[in-house]
Amino acid sequence: MKRFVVKHVAFLLLTLSAVSFLVFTLNEFSPGAVARKILGAYATQEQVDLLTKQMGLDRPVLVRYVEYVKTLASGDLGYSTRFKLPVRDVIFKHLANTALLAAVAFACIVPLSTVLGVVAGMREASRLDRGILMFSTVIASIPEFALGVFLASVFVVWLGWLPGTATLVAGGGWSVAAQLVLPVAVIVLFDSGYVVSMIRASMVEVMQRPYIRTAVLKGLPFRAVILRHALRNAMLTPVTIIMLQINYLIAGVVVVETVFAYPGFGRMILEAALFKDIALIEAGALVAVFLAVVTNILGDLAYRLLDPRIRA
Amino acid sequence: MTDGPLLDVRDLRIAYTTRAGEAVVIPGVSFQLKAGEALGLVGESGCGKSTVALSIVRYLGRAGRITGGSVRFEGRELTTLGEAGLRAIRGRRIAMVYQDPMASLNPVMTVGRQLMEAPMTHEGVSTSAARARALTMLAEVKLADPEAVMDRYPHQLSGGQQQRIVIAMALITGPALLIMDEPTTGLDVTVEAAVLDLVRELRSRHHSAILFISHNLGSIVRVCDRVAVMYRGELVEEGPVRRIFTNPRHPYTRGLLDCLPTLGSDKRQAPLVPIAGQVESALARPQGCGFAGRCGHVETGRCTSRPIPSATVCGEPDHRVVCVRADELPRWTRRRGADVAQEAGGPGEPMVAVQHLTKIYEPRRRRFRGPRRPVRAVSDVDVVAARGRTLAIVGESGCGKSTVAKVLSGLEVATSGKVILDGIEVGALAIDARAAALKRKLQMVFQNPDSTLNPSHTVGYAIGRALRRLRGGAATDAAAGIARLLDVVKLPPAIAARKPRHLSGGEKQRAAIARALAGDPDVIVADEPVSALDVSVQAAIVNLLTEIQAARGATLVFISHDLAVVRYLADTVAVMYLGTVAELGPVERVFAPPYHPYTEALLSAVPVPDPDHAVARILLEGRVPRADEIPRGCPFATRCPRRVGPVCDETPPPVQRFGDHRIACHIPGDELLRLQTALVQPRAVER
Repeated sequence: MKRFVVKHVAFLLLTLSAVSFLVFTLNEFSPGAVARKILGAYATQEQVDLLTKQMGLDRPVLVRYVEYVKTLASGDLGYSTRFKLPVRDVIFKHLANTALLAAVAFACIVPLSTVLGVVAGMREASRLDRGILMFSTVIASIPEFALGVFLASVFVVWLGWLPGTATLVAGGGWSVAAQLVLPVAVIVLFDSGYVVSMIRASMVEVMQRPYIRTAVLKGLPFRAVILRHALRNAMLTPVTIIMLQINYLIAGVVVVETVFAYPGFGRMILEAALFKDIALIEAGALVAVFLAVVTNILGDLAYRLLDPRIRA
Repeated sequence: MTDGPLLDVRDLRIAYTTRAGEAVVIPGVSFQLKAGEALGLVGESGCGKSTVALSIVRYLGRAGRITGGSVRFEGRELTTLGEAGLRAIRGRRIAMVYQDPMASLNPVMTVGRQLMEAPMTHEGVSTSAARARALTMLAEVKLADPEAVMDRYPHQLSGGQQQRIVIAMALITGPALLIMDEPTTGLDVTVEAAVLDLVRELRSRHHSAILFISHNLGSIVRVCDRVAVMYRGELVEEGPVRRIFTNPRHPYTRGLLDCLPTLGSDKRQAPLVPIAGQVESALARPQGCGFAGRCGHVETGRCTSRPIPSATVCGEPDHRVVCVRADELPRWTRRRGADVAQEAGGPGEPMVAVQHLTKIYEPRRRRFRGPRRPVRAVSDVDVVAARGRTLAIVGESGCGKSTVAKVLSGLEVATSGKVILDGIEVGALAIDARAAALKRKLQMVFQNPDSTLNPSHTVGYAIGRALRRLRGGAATDAAAGIARLLDVVKLPPAIAARKPRHLSGGEKQRAAIARALAGDPDVIVADEPVSALDVSVQAAIVNLLTEIQAARGATLVFISHDLAVVRYLADTVAVMYLGTVAELGPVERVFAPPYHPYTEALLSAVPVPDPDHAVARILLEGRVPRADEIPRGCPFATRCPRRVGPVCDETPPPVQRFGDHRIACHIPGDELLRLQTALVQPRAVER
């Protein structure tokens, strides 16, 4: 276990430093000088030169990278030119919003997909299985924005039950909870479609294994066969995939956030990129990579807990 | 319960729903089993043995269906029983033991919990009571330290231990019927012998009736009272074990007996007689006898025009056979060689010489695990295969026999020592470093033909490619070359256009042999080439190898765990244990006293298909030490039944030479001879 932790933390640090370097240099070498990106198209060349000098941008990249890492290490993530606030304040506010959305969505996706996947896979080709498979395939193939627009037009425009935007400001008579319903619904439907089919496929395979036959011929009730013998084995393969969904839920839901004007992390990165807000892009990329690696580790950890064969 | 049979299967018909419609796989099977009786069900794969067994507990999958007949168990009709009724019988009155125990146990549940489930479900006993029962059962199946075993996961146990767990799990509720489906297939010969002995012992204690399914007549003899032979979904012969083995009346039963190599025969004395053709589909059943297409005694008209009735064998009321010619056939005699063992001739000129070969696998760091010590897979092995002869390397799994093959073929490189192939040192040459001419000289045939042949290429392509690579012939010659090679391995030329998945196991192995022959090799290294095949197919492949060898003068290095096949095929035998050669010599000397104590134990474990064969069983205690914890002295010392004392643990045994026969043991040869000649010779007893 100690080896596991040490190894993964080392891997995490290595990944972070590699990514930080890549992002840093990419920004440096992308078209247009850094100072120009900061000042915009209408600044005079003199102003640009002055800022270049002030920020020390005329020094070698490596020197500046080391300096950048030092400031990062001291906890200073820089200043966001887009939001006119320290990056730290911007990033953590948006991250917290996204975490709320992701947590609610994840709490729905896992039980929903597990139940549907297991129920479908336990009797392959039964009517229930075909129904669930059809449902999951259909919802997984509708793009998020289409699903979002469709749900919004039904529940917002037609029925008027829910708000069409989720700005998280408790205004317009809608509570935050009500605002969350539609974005969560879109994410859950879209993502479950994929996770359900993964779990179902794994379950179908497990149900054909000889140890399931052993359990059935032991005279166990079908429920015990499923819950005691099939479930844990069927979750072995999908568990890492489920953990990877956390990654998607935090960094990949830009479309949903945009459709519902949700002040989340994905939309923040998008804006930062559009406005060439370098400090925010760099910090955002680091956070995204950090989350990606951490969810991978969580996936590995969950797998180890489920499968005694790799617990040495 | 009434006086009737425990299990009464009458005219049971089973069909599978396929895309082509309903396919009848079992057209009608009847047999009875009395309480406490053991019936063996034997036949080649595809004969419907397992289907019949699983239909008793109504586990046929979605496609399978019982379409007629009845199965009465303890007076109750099982074919129409509801789900709840079935559950009450499964695991409580009828329990099963399966082939491949590893796959039959839940990998993520401790063995203890899996054992406790049945009593808790069926008898509603408390957790602690179930635990106590499980512990008692574990002790009964002779697992050391039951408390510790309870908390293990299946992967932490050896194959033999796993099968004991499965047996314990089956017997824990005291079932009236135990169905065992190939319970020892895939286990090492010593483990198999121990498991069979355990089954015999438990049977006398628990009074469970046993339905024992196997394709190995040798293991049937050890366990069963009666035998039923199945072919194409029908019982063709049934009777007491002794009658079936001494007076088989059905040509198929005779075929099964004739194709089994036994410890008393070899290729020079009594060639194996494979059954012609292969198992025919249970579908498209002919009008008359199902076996007519492969039968040497077939008489067109009588045999082929109408269904064959089951008849009692004259003078043996408990022996039934389904053959119209049963009474006309001559009495069957066991294939037996001349009493004088024929020597293979002089030692011959060496073709492959392995000298002081050692192969050490350096520890590879594995994820999440601590460092490992180097593994000595093979240490200081010295063997020679003479030109045109057969060298057999025999031993249990993990003894290093396959590693020797890998070094010979260049798949692995020797750590030290030499491998001299026709005068050229190749031990240090990996396959990529070998010149084409050198590759041509030595070709391999592997155990599993499925994984040897590329599934997306036709057989012809695979052979043609080998021809081009090893011979460098033009493409125009290829077709003729392929046809010629297919002819050598007795496959029709049409096979060339087929993909491996359309071939049977035996055909695939023939194709793999044809591919190996493409370069006209001087040496063929065959690593367990027949252990995945049915007995009848095994006989055909073994004969094929012998013929090819005789015709081409090729040298055969034959690697196997099956001593009977080795006895039959080999000229020289090397018995390996834990990476070292325990005994080496001409086949007739190795298979006669004095034996190395390990050879002696292996021989006593071989299941012999002869009810009158009695041999003092030597059971090996303990397990094979792991290759990274080899004992300092004699590698076999930890399990040796003839251990003489501390000297065995501390000093490596001296190699005693008796001419060209070598035994590595501390006990002097004449002492071994004196101890061992007291035992019954593993030879068919004359009646």
